[in-house]
Amino acid sequence: MIITILSVLLIGAGTVFFLGAAVGLVRFPDFYTRTHAAGKGDTLSSLLVILGYCVYQLKDFESFGESWPILLVILKLLGISVFILITSPTSTHALMDAGWEDKVEPTIQEGHPNHLNDDSGKF
Amino acid sequence: MTFEYFSIGVGLAVLIFMLPAMWRLTVGPTALDRIVAVNVIGTKTAVLLVIIGVIFGRVEMFVDFALAYALLNFTGSLAAARFLHKTKRPAVEPEKEFPTESSRTES
Amino acid sequence: MEESEPKHYLYRGIVFVMLFVTWFILSGFNDGFHLTLGIISCGLVTWMSSDLLFEHRDASVFARLRQMGRLLAYLCWLVWQIFLANLHLLKLSFSPRSALQPHILRYESNLETDFERFLLANSITLTPGTVTIKIIGNMYYIHAISDISAQGLDGEMERRIRHIFETSPSRKTSEA
Repeated sequence: MIITILSVLLIGAGTVFFLGAAVGLVRFPDFYTRTHAAGKGDTLSSLLVILGYCVYQLKDFESFGESWPILLVILKLLGISVFILITSPTSTHALMDAGWEDKVEPTIQEGHPNHLNDDSGKF
Repeated sequence: MTFEYFSIGVGLAVLIFMLPAMWRLTVGPTALDRIVAVNVIGTKTAVLLVIIGVIFGRVEMFVDFALAYALLNFTGSLAAARFLHKTKRPAVEPEKEFPTESSRTES
Repeated sequence: MEESEPKHYLYRGIVFVMLFVTWFILSGFNDGFHLTLGIISCGLVTWMSSDLLFEHRDASVFARLRQMGRLLAYLCWLVWQIFLANLHLLKLSFSPRSALQPHILRYESNLETDFERFLLANSITLTPGTVTIKIIGNMYYIHAISDISAQGLDGEMERRIRHIFETSPSRKTSEA
């Protein structure tokens, strides 16, 4: 029972963060801020949902000898979440870098620095 | 049994949250915006495959699909980012030949 | 030089065991035929490309394990930070446009190995409202989404990453 409640909590929190990422993707003003929303919101929410199902798999776990296929499923789910945790920031960074190289103009708030523009003559 | 209904609800919610990304995919001003939207949809699909596995009671099968999908999503978005990066480069160059605001005022 | 030779084989063994555990998790069969196939393929991959995984092979296994433990603790801290970052982002998504102050900062670090730099760049990307756009040498160019998120770049993350890897060289000199 505790396992089910814990997994429902994790999955519900993940769904809320999915909502945040989706709203940010529509509402934010330029490419860079939208990538912020997509990169961060998706990472944590998919992590939470997958971890929630991971916890839920423990419900059928009885003994190590009997139910090792469940253990394999849990390990695979953990593998997916670690993989997402590593690759999502990497692809976010690659997309942002490509955006800068493509000269997509960032919206910079009035009175705030844009150091990359200042230093772009140096390299 | 109630957990299955909860899972169906979560799956539907994830499906609905794909719609804003779909909108960004059709509207998005630059090509990179579209790639970001595709990336978002891909991550959501990997999660959705796990949820479908739980609903059908065949998690051990669908987990492999989700793993493969996550891998393909990562390589796909990286390759698209690199590809656009290369091909867009020459198209930007001619803009420098246009007179800038300051030179126009001087003449 | 003659000391590094057994460690070389030890690292090959570690790579082989890691590959084989991954193979077993992904396949899920434990009959003789599939296990033999797995051993053959893992052996081939180890023979061809075992030198890709670990950079500094002169560190002792004990120091490696200690680093692994610290890395796990750091990852737990990082997940908590990601959680806070997402709460901030959720708040920003529903607040008016004026709540955003996007700007680009520079941040200088003095980490040495590539893995540390990779870890710092990915951590910056994941935590409060900041994404690394470019890394040139030791200079990081970071896009921050608001003023609050830019204040998160106070060097605490770099200190923690340095703390993970700091003991391995000093231990080596003290033992030698």
